[in-house]
Amino acid sequence: MKKQMIAMLLAGGQGSRLGALTQGMAKPAVAFGGKYRIIDFPLSNYVNSGVDTVGVLTQYRPLQLNTHIGIGIPWDLDKQFGGVTILPPYEKTGDSEWYTGTANAIYQNIEFMDRYNPDYVLILSGDHIYKMDYEDMLARHVSAGAEATIAVMPVPWDEAPRYGIMITDGEGRITDFEEKPKNPRSNLASMGIYIFDYKTLKKELQELSDVPNCDFGMHVIPHIHRRGGRLYSYQFNSYWKDVGTLGTYWEANLELTDLVPDFNLYEEFWQIYTSAEAYPPAYVAEGGKAETSIIGDGSTIEGSVKHSVLGANVKVAPGAKVRDSVLMNGVVIGVGAVVRKAIIAENSVIGAGTRIGEGFFAASRLDPRVYNSDITVVGANSVIPENVTIGKNVAVIGQTTAEDYPGGVLESGDYIIKKKGGRA
Amino acid sequence: MKALGIILAGGGSSRLESLTAKRAVAAMPLAGTYRSIDFALSNMSNSNVGTVAVVTQYSSRSLNIHLSSSKWWDFGRKQGGLYLLNPTITPENTHWYRGTADALIQNLDFIKERHEPYVIIASGDGVYKLDYNKVLERHAATGAEMTIVCKRMPKAESERFGVLELDADGRIISWAEKNENGSHEGEQIINCGIYVIRRRHLIQVLEEAAREEKYHLVTDLIIPHLDQRRIMSYLLDSYWTNIASVTAYFNCNKDFLDPELRKFFFSDYPVIHTKVDDNPPAKFNGGARVSNSLVAGGSIINGSVSDSVLFKKVYVGDRSSVKNCILMDDVYVGDDVVLENYIVDNKTRIANGTCLVGDPDSIPILS
Repeated sequence: MKKQMIAMLLAGGQGSRLGALTQGMAKPAVAFGGKYRIIDFPLSNYVNSGVDTVGVLTQYRPLQLNTHIGIGIPWDLDKQFGGVTILPPYEKTGDSEWYTGTANAIYQNIEFMDRYNPDYVLILSGDHIYKMDYEDMLARHVSAGAEATIAVMPVPWDEAPRYGIMITDGEGRITDFEEKPKNPRSNLASMGIYIFDYKTLKKELQELSDVPNCDFGMHVIPHIHRRGGRLYSYQFNSYWKDVGTLGTYWEANLELTDLVPDFNLYEEFWQIYTSAEAYPPAYVAEGGKAETSIIGDGSTIEGSVKHSVLGANVKVAPGAKVRDSVLMNGVVIGVGAVVRKAIIAENSVIGAGTRIGEGFFAASRLDPRVYNSDITVVGANSVIPENVTIGKNVAVIGQTTAEDYPGGVLESGDYIIKKKGGRA
Repeated sequence: MKALGIILAGGGSSRLESLTAKRAVAAMPLAGTYRSIDFALSNMSNSNVGTVAVVTQYSSRSLNIHLSSSKWWDFGRKQGGLYLLNPTITPENTHWYRGTADALIQNLDFIKERHEPYVIIASGDGVYKLDYNKVLERHAATGAEMTIVCKRMPKAESERFGVLELDADGRIISWAEKNENGSHEGEQIINCGIYVIRRRHLIQVLEEAAREEKYHLVTDLIIPHLDQRRIMSYLLDSYWTNIASVTAYFNCNKDFLDPELRKFFFSDYPVIHTKVDDNPPAKFNGGARVSNSLVAGGSIINGSVSDSVLFKKVYVGDRSSVKNCILMDDVYVGDDVVLENYIVDNKTRIANGTCLVGDPDSIPILS
């Protein structure tokens, strides 16, 4: 038995620039859009593209991801031959190692790929929001007679220096590439989505197996290029969003509340699937208000919610105000609390009368590379007491009490991290 | 496992008018994301009843689609699980199910092959939460031949049910079936349509009924035998309704606007399960005004909605006003619509500028 194309999904990264959101889970497991997790987008793209065999490579805090994927039922990936398989690093005789790079991780799972004897392998990472037909990309790969095809998208020229840029000829063959070029020769950015001929892939991985931290963009693709291999580009022109920073994560969520969003979840075509529990519908009480917002099932809105994305089972108590925020599943906002431009992760409780997002931006005292916008972030399962005032660009993780807020205030740019028994 | 579960889901109902034109009563959508059979099925699953047979007949497609996978109620087991008993033509029998007892008689071989000592028979249209093990315990303790779950209800709300009279021990001594005469004041005890009986005894009773060509569980097998058979009651003291009329259906849906009732069914352990769909969360656009209403996934709201239940994928257009309505799946309400006191059946499209105000005392159905 064989499969024409199987997929390998790199889901082991922490996504450290998401700060408090990835304290307890890998980036692909982070909640998105009121119901989903980031990994749902590539998984749904697979099934919608007819790819039914997927290896998910996990490493950083995989529990949430494992629980979410289970045996793959929501994506129809529970199959007799194929389906979804979770691939964590494993011990070997002699040279055991963690996954040290994207290509190294795939190299360590050649045995898995061999089981399906595929002609092609699709490799991508589980941290982007987009709808893409991989079957179309495969058709392009086959018709071009490529050894490897890289999905690219045109980016604004002034942003090109932030990306890996591909230089192509008239046929779309990649003639050269540059990593984060100061003076880009093209505006086609690599999306980190690759289709390889499996024979080529296996040979390359084995040849490069001694390269430390072996990576597709840094080692494998340049190696194929140097030996004059056939590298092609596949141009993608619709919505694609990297949600790797708090700012882009917040922005991508809030864009869903646009009247007709660029990324539309309400189309019948190319549906996004997820693993969710059964809940009653969202309820807006008398005196409650929900406007320009997405509200998950089972949520109860007694206060006022505007320009926000709320997950399932969120409670907004009477008199509370939620503005420009992302609240994940199970968050509780107390009576009269005010939340402005915040991301509040699963099951956190905001005390009555507390105000979040007050005052003006100040540079983060925790990590300015991660916390560099006016968004305040509250990690999962956190508690914020009643009647405290929290500024902008703040991070709070853990169960805090009034004593943690001298004078009832946590200034902009400040943080509280409370570690709990062995975790974090 | 102590009991086999049987859910009677074969019926339509003329009292539900056009709503059951396309589905069995047991498949009636409820509370925005559920169907009436979810309650009996979840009670079975939550009571650790491992094997459940659903008896279907009338307009069963919608029900069959809902039950197409048993995983949602955790019945996807190697042993036992969920069985659908549709009427079939055999060399011995070419009839449809001629009544509730006949439905069981025609599946007697299935009941005989099981090994559980008891059978729980529940109707597929009851909305309630009950640990059937409590009924089994009482059944065993009282040495009853059959135990029937009943409920004390105000007379005014319970005209359409079987009315029971109990003696001091809780034995059922008289039964008036769907008696709509008499006073509307005070309370009465009514039949909830949940029966517990020893499996071997049920087989015996059904074989006897088959010989006598009696096909109705209540009117043929229970009421005439109240004197000889020790039939006991189990009084349910929490929420119970069935949705066998348009008014009951409307009121039941609106009951779920009460947060306490939603908590009872959907948050307090054990919860009611249903088939999970792939709809995105509900979307409230700028200008949306929603008050005391449930809005299910996939819905998009632009106008104003109050005192209503909106099922999945409902669209409410700009400047439209929906009041005191039940809008079932995929209902499209255009712009500048006024809609009041209506049940709107699924996939109905209401054109821009339509104004429909129904009689709140006799809610009309739009389909």
